[in-house]
Amino acid sequence: MWAAALIIAASAAAATAQELRWGGDAEGGAPFVEADPDDPSKQRGFDVEIAEMLAAALGRRAVFVQAAFTTLDQSVKRGDFDIAMSGLEDSAAKRAELGVSVPYYQFREVLTVRAADRERIRTLADLRGKKVATLGATLAWEILTAAQGQYDIEPVSYEDDVHPYSDLLLGRVDAVLLDNVLALRAMQRMDGLATHDAAAATGQYVVLMRQDDTDLRDRVNAELRAAMQDGRLEAIFRRWQVWNDDQPVMYAQVVAGADSLLGQPGSAASPTPPDVWALTRRYLPALLNAALITLLLSCAAMALAVSLGASIAVGRVYGTSWSRSALTTYVEIVRGTPLLLQLYVLYYGLATVIRLPPVVAALLGLGLNYAAYESEIYRAALEAVPKGQLEAARTLGFSRWQTLRLIRGPQAFRYALAPMTNDFVALLKDSSLVSVLTVVELTKQTQIFATNLGSWALPGVLCAVMYLALSWPLARVASRLERRWTAPTA
Amino acid sequence: MDGADRMSTPLLSVSGLRLERGDRQVLRGVDLHVGPGELVALMGLSGSGKTTILRAIAGLEPFNGGTIDVQGLVLDGGARHHADLHRRVGMVFQFHCLWDHLTALENITLAPVHVYRAAAPDAAARARGLLQELGVGHRETALPRELSGGEAQRVAIARALAADPKVLLMDEPTASLDPARRGELGHTLRQLVATGRSLLLTCHDDDFVRDFATRVVVLADGVVVEAGDPRVVLTSPSHPATRRLLDVEGHTTQGLAAAGSR
Repeated sequence: MWAAALIIAASAAAATAQELRWGGDAEGGAPFVEADPDDPSKQRGFDVEIAEMLAAALGRRAVFVQAAFTTLDQSVKRGDFDIAMSGLEDSAAKRAELGVSVPYYQFREVLTVRAADRERIRTLADLRGKKVATLGATLAWEILTAAQGQYDIEPVSYEDDVHPYSDLLLGRVDAVLLDNVLALRAMQRMDGLATHDAAAATGQYVVLMRQDDTDLRDRVNAELRAAMQDGRLEAIFRRWQVWNDDQPVMYAQVVAGADSLLGQPGSAASPTPPDVWALTRRYLPALLNAALITLLLSCAAMALAVSLGASIAVGRVYGTSWSRSALTTYVEIVRGTPLLLQLYVLYYGLATVIRLPPVVAALLGLGLNYAAYESEIYRAALEAVPKGQLEAARTLGFSRWQTLRLIRGPQAFRYALAPMTNDFVALLKDSSLVSVLTVVELTKQTQIFATNLGSWALPGVLCAVMYLALSWPLARVASRLERRWTAPTA
Repeated sequence: MDGADRMSTPLLSVSGLRLERGDRQVLRGVDLHVGPGELVALMGLSGSGKTTILRAIAGLEPFNGGTIDVQGLVLDGGARHHADLHRRVGMVFQFHCLWDHLTALENITLAPVHVYRAAAPDAAARARGLLQELGVGHRETALPRELSGGEAQRVAIARALAADPKVLLMDEPTASLDPARRGELGHTLRQLVATGRSLLLTCHDDDFVRDFATRVVVLADGVVVEAGDPRVVLTSPSHPATRRLLDVEGHTTQGLAAAGSR
């Protein structure tokens, strides 16, 4: 028995030794990593080719592991895979926590605008009072939040690199600040955009590893330097049409011995690792603000869910068979599909028909979704009111509407209170999903904080404390009300 | 029907009442008249249709044939809502069915304020009067779950009398009361009919009926089999169904509450 377990463990270890497990986000897409259109089980992109090149140099087989872009650094730190690559930016925060290779590509943060605005909007300074989109928790996001005070621009955070550009065309934002690689790709995909080549800042892509894996880091660095010298990297980047004159300049520095280009002129990333307390002080107001957004959004969405849910429940209990089946269909569709999908449809899917502002779409999405769940609670609560209570009302001459309003409704509300509180707490947490609609709420702001700090420990604790501070008092009030209504006081 | 014949004009007349539920004939032509000042007890084994008659009179149960006449308002069994019925008939349910979220006083004033459009202070004053009259004036702020069975019953009676109906229906009022409380209830009910009301109740307790009812109506298999002065009918029953009934009741004095709750 033990022997068998040992053999299995040993063979598993042997198998991992022959593999180079590398993590990336295929959702980030071309030209970094994307699913091969001819065979979606395979990946292609320049990061895929570089990973395979590195694996070959190490005498291992490259095995791709999918992970979310924003958590790649944490995953590699945990040991989910050996290296992470996906257009990952070099930063002092990463270098403080992880093993980081020499840079292998230098990118520019460039501004993309609608073609019609090409002459009018050239730099961030031209965007006073306007909305500028980017990926949350990136170097570009840092540049934008810094510029927020300087130029009075409004940064808008996206979870992916496709929707900033489509929303730019739709007029939801006025510019996009992102890597030249992403801008180039957007330009190829859609018409009506213009990109200014001048860099708002520069940065470098690097390979991430565990910090203690110095042997792996040295071998990766050696292979990258070799590939810079013999032209293999250039060939890969030319194949993906992202080669430019910035690269030879950077390669010369790296080959000459530079391990990092952080802090050189034009670079936006600071060369020193962030001070935890200074950064926490800087982010605390933003976190509190985000917590307020979470609270207000949740309260408004719950108000919508309660009123709509009550109407649905009344319609299902009292309505005609036609309205009953229509409402049942609504409830089943909403409960049977993911909230995330509903948010996408509401915000992006309907964008060509009706262009809802992000907060409105978030409110509607959460409210309409939770209305379905609330309606089930209220329906059960209405049906739990004893029949005798309703008959007593009938013999005293109450109309059906009066009975509902004065007798059945108030009693049902008491039954529904506990599950409703439960749902509100769930809604408070589900509201984090609306970050896909560019709403920076508590979880998203925490993620931004964590990315800049290079660690989730403190941001995670702060975030959890804030969610608890929001939900706990509410749960207390509800349980007190419930006790008052159900426990005998005599 | 000799008792009813002596009455001037019945407040409540049930004629040829027929009621079917699926294949089952619950009521097969029931005749029943209750005059002012009468306290009529409906007796019969479980399933004989006693409660169904009360429910039909209260407008809670559609019926298939016959008529119910309450002070000139004629029900024909359809599901039509009779807006005036509740001013003429009050009903006290076996389990009282007080509204759990309202105090005793609010249970009584809710209908006057919202249905009869009485001014709230007037309704409250009248409700307090009723609670005093029924001996539970000190419990006006209690919630139903804080009331004893007997107290809840008196609040339910007050609620049924809020619109001052002339006909009061009570389903198994003695079922959940101990013998002492039954006596108190009997005296209270006698006072209620003394003011010219009609009271029709269902009951399993032949001692209570003998002591307090002015007339007993015995029901078996959906028809009236015997009626008259309870001291006569329940002492020397002429119908086998009545004898059977007394037999059963005599042996289940301890199990009355259980029998009534069915």
